Amino acid sequence: MAEAIHEEVHRHPAPTGFIRKYIFSIDHKVIGIQYILLALTAVVVGLVMSVLMRLNLSWPGTNWPIMGTLFPTGAPGGIMSPEFYLSLVTMHGTIMVFFVLTTAPQGGFGNYFLPIQIGADDMAFPFLNMMSFWVTFVGFVVLLFAIFAEGNATVGLWVSKLGESFAAGSGTVGPIGGWTGYAPLSALGKIAGPGQGAGVNLWIISIAIFCVGSLLGALNFITTLLNMRTRGMTLMRMPLTCWAWFTTAVLALLSFPVLLGGGILLLLDRVAGTSFFIPGGLYVSGSLVPLHNGGSPLLWQHLFWFFGHPEVYIAILPGMGATSHILSTFARKPIFGYRAMVFAIFAIGMLGFFVWGHHMFISGMSPYSAVAFSVLTLSIGVPSAIKTFNWLGTLWGAKIRFTTPMLFAIGFVSLFVAGGITGLVLGQTSLDFFFHDTYFVTAHFHLVMGVASIFGMFAATYFWFPKMFGRMMSESLGKFHFWVTFVGVYAIFVPFHAMGMVGMPRRYANFGEYEFLKNTHSLVLFVTWAAIITAAIQIVFYFNFFWSMFKGKKAGDNPWEATTLEWGIPSPPPHDNFAGIVPEVHRGPYEFAVPGAPKDFIMQTEPEGAAVAAH
Amino acid sequence: MATVTSTKTAAKPVVGSGWPKPPGKNGSNGNGQGRRFGGRRRFSKETYRITVWILLAAIVMMFAALASSYIILSANPEWQPVRMPGAFMFSTGLILVSSATMTAARRRLQRGQSRKYRGWLLLTLMLGVAFLACQLKGLKQLVGAGVFFSGNPHSSFYYLFAGTHGIHLLGGLTALAYLASRSGKVLIGEASEKRLAATDVVALYWHFMDGLWVCLFLLLWFWK
Repeated sequence: MAEAIHEEVHRHPAPTGFIRKYIFSIDHKVIGIQYILLALTAVVVGLVMSVLMRLNLSWPGTNWPIMGTLFPTGAPGGIMSPEFYLSLVTMHGTIMVFFVLTTAPQGGFGNYFLPIQIGADDMAFPFLNMMSFWVTFVGFVVLLFAIFAEGNATVGLWVSKLGESFAAGSGTVGPIGGWTGYAPLSALGKIAGPGQGAGVNLWIISIAIFCVGSLLGALNFITTLLNMRTRGMTLMRMPLTCWAWFTTAVLALLSFPVLLGGGILLLLDRVAGTSFFIPGGLYVSGSLVPLHNGGSPLLWQHLFWFFGHPEVYIAILPGMGATSHILSTFARKPIFGYRAMVFAIFAIGMLGFFVWGHHMFISGMSPYSAVAFSVLTLSIGVPSAIKTFNWLGTLWGAKIRFTTPMLFAIGFVSLFVAGGITGLVLGQTSLDFFFHDTYFVTAHFHLVMGVASIFGMFAATYFWFPKMFGRMMSESLGKFHFWVTFVGVYAIFVPFHAMGMVGMPRRYANFGEYEFLKNTHSLVLFVTWAAIITAAIQIVFYFNFFWSMFKGKKAGDNPWEATTLEWGIPSPPPHDNFAGIVPEVHRGPYEFAVPGAPKDFIMQTEPEGAAVAAH
Repeated sequence: MATVTSTKTAAKPVVGSGWPKPPGKNGSNGNGQGRRFGGRRRFSKETYRITVWILLAAIVMMFAALASSYIILSANPEWQPVRMPGAFMFSTGLILVSSATMTAARRRLQRGQSRKYRGWLLLTLMLGVAFLACQLKGLKQLVGAGVFFSGNPHSSFYYLFAGTHGIHLLGGLTALAYLASRSGKVLIGEASEKRLAATDVVALYWHFMDGLWVCLFLLLWFWK
């Protein structure tokens, strides 16, 4: 039941000017959409880079005239150089992990729906929320700037004037060290190769800025969730999405400071002459590195992966939350094992802090530590299996409504299982010795953390679009988008497993010289065509998204007949979400098909008894 | 759908056997007090405390990363230990005393002795500034001894720890200066509660900064 508020003074009145309303807004809903738009922009850059990589792998030595015009040094005569390819790998990874998989699920949908789902009028600190988006945005601009600083001779010359460590204009699109930026090469500067001057500096600065933005966001999320829930919204009555966003915020809070610390050390090594990651007596490109001693390159791997492993959960946990929510809604059944889902998501998050060593099995670590890391890694299979079991339990015997969000949510489960199962392979030290740095690893993390998270986001987009913009997305376009993407991603990443088993190494620009890989070329071509088709089909999604925003069918308040708080308010929601009326929560989030109830769903705000009495 | 019925009569919470358990009085878990919005947001002491604790968790993680880097690198055979400059001993003493004066300021405020509160607060602020000056002096002593930021890690860590801790301390000093600038006013009601809560969390942050420096100091001094 609801309670009217008679004080009409708004805490922050709805802004009227364009800038305060749409640009520097402190409304969590606008900020959420800004995050989503940032991700929609970043993902295009990342996707184009991946297609370029595929082109280079399939038809090495081909003249792509447009590349020759855009990057005369990096792709002389239109032929991509190996360094150019490596810089594509690096920037593709960095952009996708940080500015797509971290921004949209948490910053985007989390920002928009966490406050509404717990019945709050905004985040705990609206101004801080605005800051976290704009800080993140600056981080993205700095990363894009790395592309131009390295790729364009004029900009490169200008950047080079900043100092010795800012040598730029190498013709690449950024650093060549991968998104993991392993020391010591990342700590040395331009002698380490093209793109390793200003490219790495800007890359570190961008990520450091991103860390700060994420930390502000995490602080806000946790405080909001702990302290702003409406009357009756107990922890165990929260939608699973809120649990997922909360767990993700905790992971971000505890892991980003470590990357920030590591990033500072790395930058100091490059610009201030310290030796945190540079050992003495190091030979690079045939010459001795002077003036440095006492550092440890492995230290960077520890710092990076201590952040890096929780980061992959930061990417996927919001997708798990959205999937649980959507599966239950369209299966018209309560989620199977709500409590188990909550504990499993938290267990996955917390275990994620103790397994970073499994990225470093071949670093020469003690076999005893490797076994410990291995056992802990495999134990993550338990909460993951609980989640999968409960998702299947939710679907079991249900009268499923196969809407587009439901299809994507089911796709998420499929991809999570398909990608997760190889995690059990890679988590074994003995098997990892063989598979490390092959396409098998690439297949694993793209399926489970890349594409599955993206599917979670697609599901969330189709599901919440009516609430965000008041209009439905086209179902037929959505289903077409789903089926091509679903088949497409499997067509891309299943062959990757085979390539990995053959021993095809990651990050190589050209396989033509290797006799044992000659047979795989048809497979490489197949993957490339699958990638081109899958990438192109995303235009349908973009069209659907922007077209439906203005021309879509009008959505009511609750088009999906869902139960949580956001569906009890108008679409799109008013400025302070509940128009000054405090919602009161009387029941759990997934009361579908309750025996004896007149409808097959009961809103969280409906008091006990009223559901039956109303009819 | 009874979502936004605004009748006062129906507002009495009907607590039933909702799964998994009925909410306690005032929501439960000490949350969700049914914060009134639309109107001005009610002040909550909890928000201050939760936020600062969360912030401290993030700071702990960053310094844990830096300190473990220190410990790992100290095992490197190329490690060259550097002698602790005298000024750091003195600055450590200063910040320990400043924690005590901060506690005194908080106690005075709780007893409503606002003039004494102001005095202790200003003393804490001055000790904080003196601490930072002393840290700079310590770094100067290092430079004088030919120990620079660049070079072997142990010397770099002196600058790194003093610098990163100093930046975080500046945040504390800003908060102290803000409290001090408002300490002359006589506040009543919610404003007074707010000041008490703010002083509580600034004290928490300050003690934490103190403890953090002591840990870093001991690390630099003994773990070499």
